[in-house]
Amino acid sequence: MKKTSLFFGALTVVASIAFLIAADHIDAPAVAGGTSDITDFYAFQGEDNNNIVFVANVKGLMSPTETASATFDENVMVEFNIDTNGDAVEDLVIQAIPRDGKMYFFGPTTPTSTGLNSMVESSGIRTSVEITPYGSEPITAFNAAGMTYFAGPRDDPFFMDFAQYGEIIGGNATGFNDPGTDTFAGTNVLSIVVEVPKSRIGGSGTINTWVETKTKS
Amino acid sequence: MTIMKTKNIFLTLLAAMVLVSCNDDDDMPTGPILPNFSGTYVQKDQMGRPAINTVFVNSNQKDAFNTTIPSEQGAVFQAMFETNLKALSPAYANMGDQNALGLDATAFTSVLATDVLTVSLDGTTTFYDGTNVLTGRALTDDVITVELLLIFGGEDFTENPSLSDDHVDANDKAFLTSFPYLASPW
Repeated sequence: MKKTSLFFGALTVVASIAFLIAADHIDAPAVAGGTSDITDFYAFQGEDNNNIVFVANVKGLMSPTETASATFDENVMVEFNIDTNGDAVEDLVIQAIPRDGKMYFFGPTTPTSTGLNSMVESSGIRTSVEITPYGSEPITAFNAAGMTYFAGPRDDPFFMDFAQYGEIIGGNATGFNDPGTDTFAGTNVLSIVVEVPKSRIGGSGTINTWVETKTKS
Repeated sequence: MTIMKTKNIFLTLLAAMVLVSCNDDDDMPTGPILPNFSGTYVQKDQMGRPAINTVFVNSNQKDAFNTTIPSEQGAVFQAMFETNLKALSPAYANMGDQNALGLDATAFTSVLATDVLTVSLDGTTTFYDGTNVLTGRALTDDVITVELLLIFGGEDFTENPSLSDDHVDANDKAFLTSFPYLASPW
């Protein structure tokens, strides 16, 4: 009961600040809340220290009910960009694009061209994984390149008192509350998770990474 | 029966031929026959570090920021970032004012305006853990408080305490230690 009222409370807050934005949730008018709207991006060392894990999330602030019917958009490519020489231009990409209930992955591979327009880079490493349905245990795929893949709904890993941030920016409050309230509690995203050996993305040193969504023109 | 069998063999052969023709790159698994992925895909959104577009980019520039390649973002957007940083946190307008990374307004926004996440391939990956700075972004990292501290917290993280921590320090569900790491959906 308490949980229910909290949940509806959170929904009200979410609705009232829907024009605002967070980690990258609903960050710009052209993408706001749609299937190409990136909510978050993570890159961290895997359970196996020889690997890096990339996470891209789209479609933020979904309730459990919305999550049950949420799908990746077959016209949207999610592309992880990796710069290995410090010039902020991608030297390698990992692409993910869905078709008929599966997420197809390509790369890491050198893109045919860098920048705003991409083709699917199908000549290198590629794998597909069944998109995990809501309510199922995670379905993962592995390949001989040492990579592991997942696509499907997960809890939004982002946390922030975004509502109070909005109050502060709006001039209605002078500071955060202690404790704060996680605006993203109880909400889900659609996640793409790829774990890749470091040896395939530069080996050692530092890389620059970012994620993009690209829609079929 | 014979016809069926022949047909199956024919289909198998056909599938094998398609697989072989796809397998022009030597060392990697080919997986199933690919659906049609032809065409050009055009950029809509991008993100490196958390909350950058949200906090530092003016409303009428947010789509432009998402469609400017990172190597050109600094030249286009650094000045706007600096203006907005000083508006958010006026102490930055004072000569010599720095954050805890020793960066003044210009230096800090020069880093931020190129919105890429730097990731170390040599060890700990964290946004900030008290020792390592910007070596990645882990799921448990309290990235918003780190950013608030760097914006509002001054040289030693003690300034503006009511603005420099949102007091939401962890996710609402525990993360997994193994792949896929993110918690199950609600």
